[in-house]
Amino acid sequence: MTKYMIRRIVYMFITLFLIASATFFLMKALPGSPISSAPKLSPSQLAMVEAKYGLDEPVPVQYAKYMLNLAKGDLGNSFQFKNASVTELIMNRLGPSVLIGTQGLILGVAIGILLGMIAALRQNTVWDYGSTLIAIIGISIPSFVFATLLQYWLAVEWGLFPVGLWKDGWMSSILPSVALAMGPLATASRFIRTEMIEVLSSDYITLAKSKGASGFEIAFKHAFRNALIPLVTVLGPLAAGLVTGSLVIEQIFAIPGIGEQFVKAITSNDFSIIMGTTLFYSVLLIVIIFVVDVLYGIIDPRIRLSGGSK
Amino acid sequence: MEKILEVKDLELSFHTFAGEVKAIRGVNFDLLKGETLAIVGESGSGKSVTTKSIMRLLPEHSSEFKNGQILFNGKDLTKLTDREMQKIRGKDISMIFQDPMTSLNPTMPIGKQIMEPILKHRNVSKSVAHKEAVDLLRLVGMPKPEARMKQYPHQFSGGQRQRIVIAIALACNPQVLIADEPTTALDVTIQAQILELMKDLQKKINTSIIFITHDLGVVANVADRVAVMYGGKIVEIGTVDEIFYNPQHPYTWGLLSSMPSLDTAEEKLYAIPGTPPDLLSPPKGDAFALRSDYAMKIDLEEVPPFFKVSDTHYAATWLLHPDAPQVDPPLAIRERMKKYPGSRYYEGTEGGTY
Repeated sequence: MTKYMIRRIVYMFITLFLIASATFFLMKALPGSPISSAPKLSPSQLAMVEAKYGLDEPVPVQYAKYMLNLAKGDLGNSFQFKNASVTELIMNRLGPSVLIGTQGLILGVAIGILLGMIAALRQNTVWDYGSTLIAIIGISIPSFVFATLLQYWLAVEWGLFPVGLWKDGWMSSILPSVALAMGPLATASRFIRTEMIEVLSSDYITLAKSKGASGFEIAFKHAFRNALIPLVTVLGPLAAGLVTGSLVIEQIFAIPGIGEQFVKAITSNDFSIIMGTTLFYSVLLIVIIFVVDVLYGIIDPRIRLSGGSK
Repeated sequence: MEKILEVKDLELSFHTFAGEVKAIRGVNFDLLKGETLAIVGESGSGKSVTTKSIMRLLPEHSSEFKNGQILFNGKDLTKLTDREMQKIRGKDISMIFQDPMTSLNPTMPIGKQIMEPILKHRNVSKSVAHKEAVDLLRLVGMPKPEARMKQYPHQFSGGQRQRIVIAIALACNPQVLIADEPTTALDVTIQAQILELMKDLQKKINTSIIFITHDLGVVANVADRVAVMYGGKIVEIGTVDEIFYNPQHPYTWGLLSSMPSLDTAEEKLYAIPGTPPDLLSPPKGDAFALRSDYAMKIDLEEVPPFFKVSDTHYAATWLLHPDAPQVDPPLAIRERMKKYPGSRYYEGTEGGTY
């Protein structure tokens, strides 16, 4: 098991290195620089500022310098935001993003599982069709549409929730979380439905039935855990979807999160913030995927043992 | 002997997109206390469906009892609610399935799977159930049962898994044990072990067994009585000796002839020609008539009733009608009949029934 873990961690670092390099060069390939959006500077002033930040050096040199700093854990300083360090900027904005992201994921997956179970256990009934309808809506309509609708009806028209910003504590997180939850909800409910139907027709369910187990026991004690396995596989991509979703959602609700900062940084060519945030998201996703693999083993004993002994 | 289970005129259909499939078309048999009744027949003859309908394990939405009764200790199982049925399943009637590789829950430790029916049907504490599960594992011949309780199905071999399935089935000392081809998926050496085990256990807890198989070698080994099924009906029923040494129905002749034997010089193994009947539109008359060399005109028109051969032996074939012409069964069958005192070919000199 330790050997497996060490190997996984080495892979994680290699992945990060590749992402960092790719992002760096892609960013350099874009036209413009952090300073070019400040038209008031004269060419000589521009050159001075560029020299100060090392932007006049050849790209490979800049790359080497950046990677060396990165290895030391230094993400550099922002060109805007009062020259604060990127690490600090990300940390300050972590709270709201993490809260709406995890809430969205948990809410979506939990309700999705519930809907999927109902659909599978009441196959080809109104319940099933209703759940399918919700899933289709959830998959086909992007989260920002939900966000706008929720914002308009629940916040602006009925005044149940704050319209935006991050001033009412947890209340502020509800609408963005719900908007984010729709995607995972739809995916989870479809996966669980399909898998439950498959599992419910398997031999061990017939055996459980022949022991005298009730419908409830069969569904939850025997079928559920087996039906979870494919859902766990897609949890990683789902989490990734939430990260990208949150970029837009944070904009709509004007939440001071990482996503909002990221978007601002991109529009103003703030290299160090773009790099830092990209790397932060990458670490987040790599860790999520790692956790998912561990979860896999917990749910399915067959995977636990074969993974551990290798 | 006391009857524990009576199946009377059972008719059951499946509703499919293609139409109504009449899977069971009037099945009658009794199961006596402590006996083993084997149900034999080819795939699709309705043997599994018959036993699954006794357990009411068929999908409720697509299967339908058309007629008949299944009396268990006088109670009609076809009329019970699902909740009442849950109290009987696993406690009074339990089942062993065909494929041990897929019949255990892969994500639940086997100990928990064995304890489940004990906890469900008997009012005992978890520690008692645990102890009993260990005892059951020991009973079915699992080495180091205590240590293996926490293991998962993938950590056991096929034969061991079938032992676990048997342990689950025996957990509440059922009055009726249904074994649906329990040895089909196992290799031959393990088959023999499992059959021995079942025979031993039957003596210990005095349960009645319905044994479904298409392997006549297994039948000779375990059964007291045999029911031969064809096209959703029982065509012949009798004691093992009667079915093996004095068979009357042409289908039974065919089955026995297609059993490999060391005694005959024949190089080629006999196979019954043709295919099983389509139960979407069952044939008129004797369902086997179209594949039979002995079919008469009436076989194509009227369903043969059961003719009594002896008190325990009945066969549904017009050949037994007093007006039917005398026909000679295939050579291999005549050879068998020579050894049986009650048959018309008995030669008497060889002594004993075997």
